[in-house]
Amino acid sequence: MSLQRFVIKRALITIPLLLGISLLTFGMVHAIPGDPIDFITLFTELDPETEMEIRAEYGLDQPVYIQYIDWVTSAATGDFGRSIITRDPVISEIMERLPYTLVMGIMAFGVTLATAIPTGVIAAYYRNTKIDQASRVFALLGIAIPNFLLGLLLLLVFASWLDLFPILPPTSQGIVSYDMLVYTLLPAITIGTGSTALLMRLMRSSMVEELDKDYVRTARAKGLPERTVVQKHVLRNSLISVVTVAAIQVAFIISGSVVVEIVFSYPGIGRLLVNRVGNRDFPVIQAIVLLIGVAVILANFVADVLYAYLDPRIRY
Amino acid sequence: MAMLEVEDLNVRFYTEDGVVKATNDLSYRVEAGERFGVVGESGAGKSVTSLALMRLIDEPGVIESGEIRFKGRNLLEMDEKEMRELRGNEIAMIFQDAETALNPSYTVGEQISEAIRYHLGLDEAAARERAIETLESVGIPSAAQRYSDYPHEFSGGMQQRVVIAIALSCDPDLIIADEPTTALDVTIEAQILELLEEIATEFDTAIQLITHDLGVVAEFCDRVMVMYAGHPVEMAPVEDVYYDPQHPYTVGLMSSIPRIGDDRDRLQTIPGRMPDLIEMPPGCNFHPRCPYAEESCTRVEPPLVDVETGEPADPINSDAQAAACLAHTGELSGELDYEVTVRGEDDPAVPGDAPSSAGVSDR
Amino acid sequence: MSSETSQRTTERGRIRVSGFDVERVESRDPLSSWEPDLQSEAGRGRLEYAWQRFKRNRLALFGAATIVFMVLLAVFSRPISLPNGFPVLAGQTVQPFSLAPADPANQDVLTGYREPTLENLFSGTATGLYLFGADWAGRDILSRVMYGGRWSLSIGFIAVAMALLVGIPLGSIAGYYGGKVDEIIMRLVDLLYAFPFIVLAIAVIAVLGRGYWEMILALVVVGWLPYARIIRGEILSVKENEYVTAAKALGSRDRSIITRHILPNAMAPVIVQATLSIGTTVLVAAALGFIGLGLSPASAEWGVMLNVEQDAIARGRWWAGLFPGLAIFVFVMAINLVGDGVRDAFDPQGDQSDTDTGGLR
Repeated sequence: MSLQRFVIKRALITIPLLLGISLLTFGMVHAIPGDPIDFITLFTELDPETEMEIRAEYGLDQPVYIQYIDWVTSAATGDFGRSIITRDPVISEIMERLPYTLVMGIMAFGVTLATAIPTGVIAAYYRNTKIDQASRVFALLGIAIPNFLLGLLLLLVFASWLDLFPILPPTSQGIVSYDMLVYTLLPAITIGTGSTALLMRLMRSSMVEELDKDYVRTARAKGLPERTVVQKHVLRNSLISVVTVAAIQVAFIISGSVVVEIVFSYPGIGRLLVNRVGNRDFPVIQAIVLLIGVAVILANFVADVLYAYLDPRIRY
Repeated sequence: MAMLEVEDLNVRFYTEDGVVKATNDLSYRVEAGERFGVVGESGAGKSVTSLALMRLIDEPGVIESGEIRFKGRNLLEMDEKEMRELRGNEIAMIFQDAETALNPSYTVGEQISEAIRYHLGLDEAAARERAIETLESVGIPSAAQRYSDYPHEFSGGMQQRVVIAIALSCDPDLIIADEPTTALDVTIEAQILELLEEIATEFDTAIQLITHDLGVVAEFCDRVMVMYAGHPVEMAPVEDVYYDPQHPYTVGLMSSIPRIGDDRDRLQTIPGRMPDLIEMPPGCNFHPRCPYAEESCTRVEPPLVDVETGEPADPINSDAQAAACLAHTGELSGELDYEVTVRGEDDPAVPGDAPSSAGVSDR
Repeated sequence: MSSETSQRTTERGRIRVSGFDVERVESRDPLSSWEPDLQSEAGRGRLEYAWQRFKRNRLALFGAATIVFMVLLAVFSRPISLPNGFPVLAGQTVQPFSLAPADPANQDVLTGYREPTLENLFSGTATGLYLFGADWAGRDILSRVMYGGRWSLSIGFIAVAMALLVGIPLGSIAGYYGGKVDEIIMRLVDLLYAFPFIVLAIAVIAVLGRGYWEMILALVVVGWLPYARIIRGEILSVKENEYVTAAKALGSRDRSIITRHILPNAMAPVIVQATLSIGTTVLVAAALGFIGLGLSPASAEWGVMLNVEQDAIARGRWWAGLFPGLAIFVFVMAINLVGDGVRDAFDPQGDQSDTDTGGLR
């Protein structure tokens, strides 16, 4: 009922945001000093006729707003044009790598949730004890360690010293293969460490806050066993705020994947992005940036909806 | 033997700023079916006392010494499991702020029936039925439908009724009501007190009512304990306290109750504020705020004595009026020269016979 | 005390006590030396109070000392000469000290990698002590890490300072004037927030190209967002306060209302955020260096050092990357300790051991 209305209302808010980021990504190319055609032709001298052809092909002979509308409408159908470097359709370049990043991201998310929530709960329950201190130290370390250093160290230890993993990913077998999935654990853990640290402390503080609330005393005064009090009453309420942040971790994981894919020579879209920035392959860069923006906006949307679903008090 | 006997209870909070002495050698009793009032300003140790009965004092608080005997068994010697059997089952608690006392993410029905299932071993359906009956008995209309509503869908007064229903659900012998009406407006307060009164009569449940409002005590209680800075300063049947208060603090509390036809131009209050329980004034803790205080009050800590005899009071076995003021041990040279008048009686005073008791000073 | 008035029953209101003479207490001299607790901290400025608390936080002090130490190492690693075009003291050496054991650019390409060793501690060679070993070109890693701090740290401090200079005015304007201006600025903030920090920075670098100031600009484009949000939020809450209304009634100009009344109140969260952001910024700058979108491969910026050596590390030459990586780690850790300390100092009631994200997304 009202949840449905909330979802619709919240979905409507994302529309201007989506338009906004598409405008920003489109505007990127036009923010570069000089003529965009130079990035297509890579600064080669052209006879005027060929130049006109290229301008027509890329719509550069049209007014800017027409170019934008063209770009957005084709982007909406998945058509981002062709890569300047490889001349392949951008979408196929992305689709080729997206599964790798998705699998890695989901694994990282899984690692984060599976470790952060239980450890955060324990730290909160035993707050201000040695256990809590240890979790705090871990969090400080996990947040401060650069993910590329952590990734390199994992490679050094597990691939070079212990020889448990190959140094380069076994990409030839595709993402749905045992070897590749096992290999993906390394980057997933690397990315997950930072967000685990964050989420664990968040879980802890949210839980500490809930543990201090009056309803916990009520539950104890009912004579319920401590386990029931914590698991049934406290945990549920403290998860409400954590869930929101967990969904926002999508952004964290995307950031992580950009860097960590470089460390592990991992064939995902993060590495694609970084390589193409070096080559100024703008159709690909724009497509990936837009994709990431959309992903984050959707994640925030999901977070808000989950929050409304979990907290019966929210009635919009 | 009374149903509940508290003897020399000392609760301490070990904080960074020092040791908070929340209760000091506190002794009292509550009889089966009795309505016992605990009165005092906030910070007097009233809530700590009630939480101590449930053994629900949180870190960094500890029950340092003393005994809490419920039906003859010392609660402080029970293991956690035995204690859980009692909580919510034989001793139940009603909290001050119903809105926060209820878990926002479970239906009120679930919050009542979980205790029923746990203590009485009923199955889902039977517990639900009993919970609905309880909701009805605390006066929630169309209880069966409201069973599956969430706390935020109830008004403040209705939420308090739900909290009371939780306390009643397993038919306890003792209910500790910690300022159950403070968060409510006056009309709702009256309704809730009425409800508590009904319950106490109908189920013959003892109620320990904690409040800062002497007016509430007057209507509701059989006996009353006035607390100041963690210990009782006066304990007596409620009429005695009202018609013949024997401790300056009680007197102060009573003079600060506003009343119709008051000709004073402003509300009289007790000067100063309650000391924090870390660093308390020497001698009588109340002396900095007491109009009758003398030099001796700063040296001698007055014991709780029987106001008739001046002998140490026995709050567990005796009903006699007891107060902790040097006026009753003969160490005060002046008199507690206040007067109690009862409107509507010709006799101007069921006289403030405080002077008479203070008169023990001749001894 | 009870101030509730209610005459529900006949019982209530019948009894009246008189003679409890309050004046006696108020007029007499105190009977004992006992006095109620005074608010001992009252009257002291908020900043001073926060500083008192901060000084007692050993971890935060340790973090601050580490930061100072690393900054000093960077500054005094090699002499600094002013460029020839500089108006005063052109071409002169303003910082003569040279703490680095060797010139970070000194190569020994023939030998290449060397493991860390203590052997040279007393003998020393022309190209370094090799306490941290040498990289592929035989350069002394210790010297390079010390010298590299000039890039990594200065990027962090400058980018945050510039972000403050952008974020605070924009946030103030949005919060104070509200309406359309607010709408435009805050929608822009929302939009930019849709991109993860590093992705947005990469996009800016894609447009601007690589380089020191390009990188700083990229970090500022992302970095100003939290300050604008904080300041705007604080202003919205402070705006309703009476003293601002009072100042307005007295005819203060808008600018002086913002600078005199609102900014000091909003300072605490901004300082906390800025401290933590220095760490995040250094981390992102190093990450950009590492993925090859930062400074030139010849520089000794810490992230770049790791980038150059990443294959070597994965294949067992751990020292080539570990030390610059540790330098980043230690610095970020120290900044986070200080940031946590500053927050606790400003907000003693807050939960002591919360770890803020520091804008790390």
